[in-house]
Parts: sequence; structure tokens; C-alpha cells
Amino acid sequence: MTANSVPKDCILANHSAMNAAMSKTPRKKDKESRTLPKAPTGIQGLDEITGGGFPRGRPTLVCGSAGAGKTLLAMEFLVRGATEYNEPGVFMAFEETAPELTQNVRSLGFDLDELVKQKKLLIDYVRIERSEIDETGDYDLEGLFIRLGSALNAIGAKRVVLDTIENLFAGLQNQGILRAELRRLFRWLKDRGVSAIITAERGEGALTRHGLEEYVSDCVILLDHRVTDQISTRRLRIVKYRGTAHGTNEYPFLIDEDGFSVLPVTSLGLQHEVSEERVSSGIPRLDTMLGGEGFYRGTTILVSGTAGTGKTSLAAHFVEAACRRGERCLYFSFEESPGQMVRNMRSIGLNLDQWTKRNLLQFHSSRATFYGLEMHLAIIHKIVQEFEPKVVVIDPVGSLIQAGNRRDAHTMLIRLIDFLKLRGITALLTNLTSAGDALEKTNVEISSIVDSWLLVRDTELNGERNRALYVLKSRGMAHSNQLREFLLTAQGIDLLDVYVGPEGVLTGSSRLSQKARENAALLERQQEAERKGRERERKRELLEARIAALRKEFEIDQEEAEADSAQEVLRQKVIAQDREAMARSRHADRLRDANVTKGRRSQ
Amino acid sequence: MKKSARSEPRALSLQEIAEKGEPAPNEIWELRLYVAGQTPRSIAAFANLKKICEEHLAGRYNIEVVDLLKHPQLAAGDQILAIPTLVRKLPQPLRKIVGDLRDTERALVGLQLRPAAPEK
Repeated sequence: MTANSVPKDCILANHSAMNAAMSKTPRKKDKESRTLPKAPTGIQGLDEITGGGFPRGRPTLVCGSAGAGKTLLAMEFLVRGATEYNEPGVFMAFEETAPELTQNVRSLGFDLDELVKQKKLLIDYVRIERSEIDETGDYDLEGLFIRLGSALNAIGAKRVVLDTIENLFAGLQNQGILRAELRRLFRWLKDRGVSAIITAERGEGALTRHGLEEYVSDCVILLDHRVTDQISTRRLRIVKYRGTAHGTNEYPFLIDEDGFSVLPVTSLGLQHEVSEERVSSGIPRLDTMLGGEGFYRGTTILVSGTAGTGKTSLAAHFVEAACRRGERCLYFSFEESPGQMVRNMRSIGLNLDQWTKRNLLQFHSSRATFYGLEMHLAIIHKIVQEFEPKVVVIDPVGSLIQAGNRRDAHTMLIRLIDFLKLRGITALLTNLTSAGDALEKTNVEISSIVDSWLLVRDTELNGERNRALYVLKSRGMAHSNQLREFLLTAQGIDLLDVYVGPEGVLTGSSRLSQKARENAALLERQQEAERKGRERERKRELLEARIAALRKEFEIDQEEAEADSAQEVLRQKVIAQDREAMARSRHADRLRDANVTKGRRSQ
Repeated sequence: MKKSARSEPRALSLQEIAEKGEPAPNEIWELRLYVAGQTPRSIAAFANLKKICEEHLAGRYNIEVVDLLKHPQLAAGDQILAIPTLVRKLPQPLRKIVGDLRDTERALVGLQLRPAAPEK
């Protein structure tokens, strides 16, 4: 039996020797941190912030107040070890019995019974009943060592959980012995080379109630469950991790149906890759305004404006366009339910339902006040990781202030934006500018970290409100500086040119009347031209008529002239005849030969 | 405490034992001493136990010594953590005394062979 090998004589007498041995624990320098062997926890996010998991072959202390999730973390460490890393584990429970534990973690999808059957997990319930124990004289905890040792050997365990070993303090009176034995236990665990988790209750002003951090000094994890403004958030912090560079922040974590997940969101930087690819905004004229092609993929777009200016409709168009390209979209709504969104967008001609049915679009609606900020972030992370969308819409981001304060919301959004950028996801955030606030300002102060900023506002003129849109900024592209009137029609969003009149920008009915005036002027000019045309035509006709008349006159003259000349010939003839006749009657002898002869003959 | 009751009608209440200061006659005491190997402490514990029993329970006791090094699986049954541990299986209720029993007075109190001292 391996337990046999524990040096028994160093229990009390060699206390100081033991201390010396403990302090010799190797302190690795940062350079070696990459080589420090780790036992991966298999818990999402935790392995990232610990740089690969808990220290292999060493004990890790997990402390936290009641209900912080210590037991679950420890149990998941064992279950993941058994199922994913082929490292069987022993769970030594000082608080809950095996059936209780099995039942408690069943909701997380862990089937302990099955693991126990496969000899990958062993649950040993240790019951300490103070009322039936008396102490007299010296003792040690060899019984515990033997139990643990035989459990480890039974399944060849590589991982151990002691939950919560502090219960020993309640069961045994002699603190001196207990502390010495715990020290020996942790040493013994190290010697056995098992990766152990020791859970402990949070103490007043100390990490643990009984100062266990004094013994387990390689890695200390603190779980916290904090309620601020009636909203609770779970957080995890690595207090200490010897020989490893680790994240030092408080990381929010979730316990849900998939178990534990930690969100290493604060560890993001600005190393994301940039894309040259452009994505359409879903509104052709808006794309034209954005250098002709739309937004850059993977950037963050902010649409801000006062209430009812069509921010959600813009977002819906963007989503519609993405879905049409076959990209997956996630829509987080803090104001409208999915059904409401689908119905409302139908009124502007967008059928979003078809995309949800094809699993290209997912809506996630929740009230901002429903969880804390961290939880929102955590949930968004989780869903994004599961769904792997290309486009994420958060509508509206300003609501998140309700779940925390302004500064926290700001930090959270930066973390979220970094996270989305890192994954190359194009994000569209809407933000409600409340009346009275400066337009070019967001209440979460993210305007400086977004890449494109569209501003929708309404202009009040002639007793009506009309929407106008402009591109306030769009990094890396030549964007239009013009204001566009923004219309919500049954066929979707339409952008129109804005008329600039003497009173300023004309929209709505002013635009229409201006258009009407222009049309009237145009008509007038057209009519004038037509009238002139007709006049010319008439003049021409007149001239032609005149020409015709003259021609007729000329013909008459000609006819007369011809008639005159004919008469003249006739007259000449007649005269000649008359003369002949006269001559005949006179019996003139000097007739012309022919005539005389002729006349003679005929006679 | 909630040990499955082996039918034995003569079990005495705590008060009775305390009042009498000594066990009821004719009752056989079943004692089990858990040790881990032949360490000086377990030998001392056994010697101390033997002495107490001879003085107070002469002829009415059985001592079973369990060496967990030989039978580690037995540790779980009686929820043994500390070594040495003396378990009084009978008479009920179950009692456990951890330690080498060198403080006879406290051992007697623990075994309920003597009422607890007033200051305790």
C-alpha cells in the first residue's frame, strides 16, 4: 500500500522540518512558465486564463463563499478529466453524499453514475460527526490517507478533489494536529503526482476560513458571487499561480446547462486581423454613400439617433442583406421580442422569418436588467461561440447601462467589440440618443471605438418630423458628406436626396412642395416652348398660303396674256378677211394671186 | 448515532449510564480499534484501551483491532479518518474516540463510562 510510505514520524515532532520542506517548493521563473506541466480543466475559458489548466501533479485551492460554485468547478475538473483527457478522478466529499452530488450535477449534463460504472470516477463520502467523536491523546489522519490512497489506486486516479476538507476543522478539535496533517496531506498529494483541487470556504478578511492558502500555495483560485444593484454576477480570479504567467483580472463566469464557463474577455488586445472585404448595408444608396461598397467586414458600426428614427430598421436591413449572402446573423435585442421584431420588420417589407427558419438568423431577446453586465457579456460570448455568426447586432447598447453603471457598460462594450473584432465579426450596434443629449454623443461613450458611425435624426419643419441620415464617420473609406432623407416605405428603407432651400434642409412635405414648384416651372417652360413652336408653324402656313395666292395670280396673268395673243391673231385674221372681202367687193384687180385665182375658181 | 439497530433491548440511555457511572451488568461491549500498522502510537492506544477495559469492563468486552494497512477498505465503513480511532459498536449509540487514549479520564468520558466533568 502506498499510504504506507508516508513518513509517520514527521507528524508533530518534525514540524519544523516539514516547514522547511514546504518552503523548498520550486519557484519557477517566468522563463520556465511555458514548460510548467498543466492539467487542462476542459472548462471553457479557464484553460485560457491559466495558460493551459491547473498545475499538474500539484494541489490547487479553490475558495469562495457559499454558493460560489466551488463544488461544480471541482466536479467539472474531474468529469472533463475523465471524459476528455482520460484521467480518472477521485472526489472525496466532506459535505455531500454521492447520490446528492450525482443529482446536483445531473442538471449540468454530467452522468456520474456512468463514470463511476466505467471506473473513471470514484466518489468517497467522508462523514464527520462531531457529536460522536471524542479525542484523547495523539492521533494522525492516517485513516484519511489510507482511504484516499486506496481510492486513488482503485481507479488509477490522476485527479483528486477534496470538497471541502475544512469540514475536518469542525469535526476534530486538535487544530495543531489537524494543520500538521493537512500540510502532510498536500505534500503527500504532490508526491503522488495527482492534480488536486481543494475547496475551501471564504473567510473573514482572508481567502479561506482556516487559512488553507498557507498550505496550498501553487495555485489559488477565488470564486466570487457578488450582488450589485440586485443583480448578481459570478466572477473568478486567479489569486496566485506559481510559475505561470496568468490573467490577473476578475473574469465573469457562467454556470449553465453545459457546466462552467469562464470568459477571458479582458485578455483581448488589438491584434485582430483586418479585412479588405466590404459588406453591403442592405440599402443600395447607403452603400453608395459609404464609398460605393458598404462597410468593411469585421468592423463595428454604430447607428445612433433619437427615438423612432429607424435604427432598428437599418439594423434589420443589414441583417437581411447578410442573410441573403448566406451569412449567419445574431440579433441581440434588449427591447423587442423576436416575434415583435419579425412582425414589425414585415411592415417595411423585410421577411426575417425565412432566415430564422433556415437557421441563418437567431434572435436573442432579454431585458437588460435581467442579468448583470458580465452575465450579458458572458451570454453573448457563449452564443457567439456556439453560433459562429458573421454579423452581430446589438439593439440597443445603451440599454446595458441599466444593467450596470455607465463606466462598467463602457468597459464591457469595449471588451465585446474587441471580442467580435477578433473573430472577424461585423457588429452593428444601435444607440438611442435621448432628447436633450448632444446628438454626436453616445451615452456609453463608444463613439471613439466604432469604425463607422451613422447618425439618424429627425428634423422638425412645417409641423412635421422627418428622418435624415448621414455618415458621421467611416474609417478607411471616402464616404459621402451629404445628408440624405431617410424614408421607411413598405418596400424598405429608401434614401432620397435632400433639398436645400433658403430655410435650410427640406424634407417631407417641404421637399414635396419644393418638388412641385420645380415641376410647375418646368411645365411652364415647356408650355412656352410649345406655344412658340405653334406660332412658328402658323407663320409658316401663312407664308405658304401667301405663296400659293401669288402663284395663282401669276397663273391668271399668264392665262390672260395667252388669251390676248390668241385674240390678236384672230383679229389679224378677221382684218385680213375683211380686207379681202372689201377688196372683192371693190373688185380690186390687184389681188394677191392666190386669193384671186382661188376666188375666181370658186366662183 | 443512527447505526442500524441490532436488536438488543438492554440498551441504556445516556442519562442512565451517566447516572450510574458504570455500565449495566451483563452487557457485552463491542469495541473496535482502528490502527495503521504497528506504530508506537497504536501499540500505546491498544495498551491504554486494554487497561481501561480491565478496570471497568472486566469480562464484558471484546476488542477487535483493525489494521487499515491490511484492510484499507474497512476505513470507509466506520468513517475512519484519524488513527488510532476506537469505535464503540455496542452498546449503542455508536461512539468514536480518536487518539491514543493516554488521558484515561477523557477516554472514560468518551466511552460514557463516567459522566463528563462539570467544567468540560
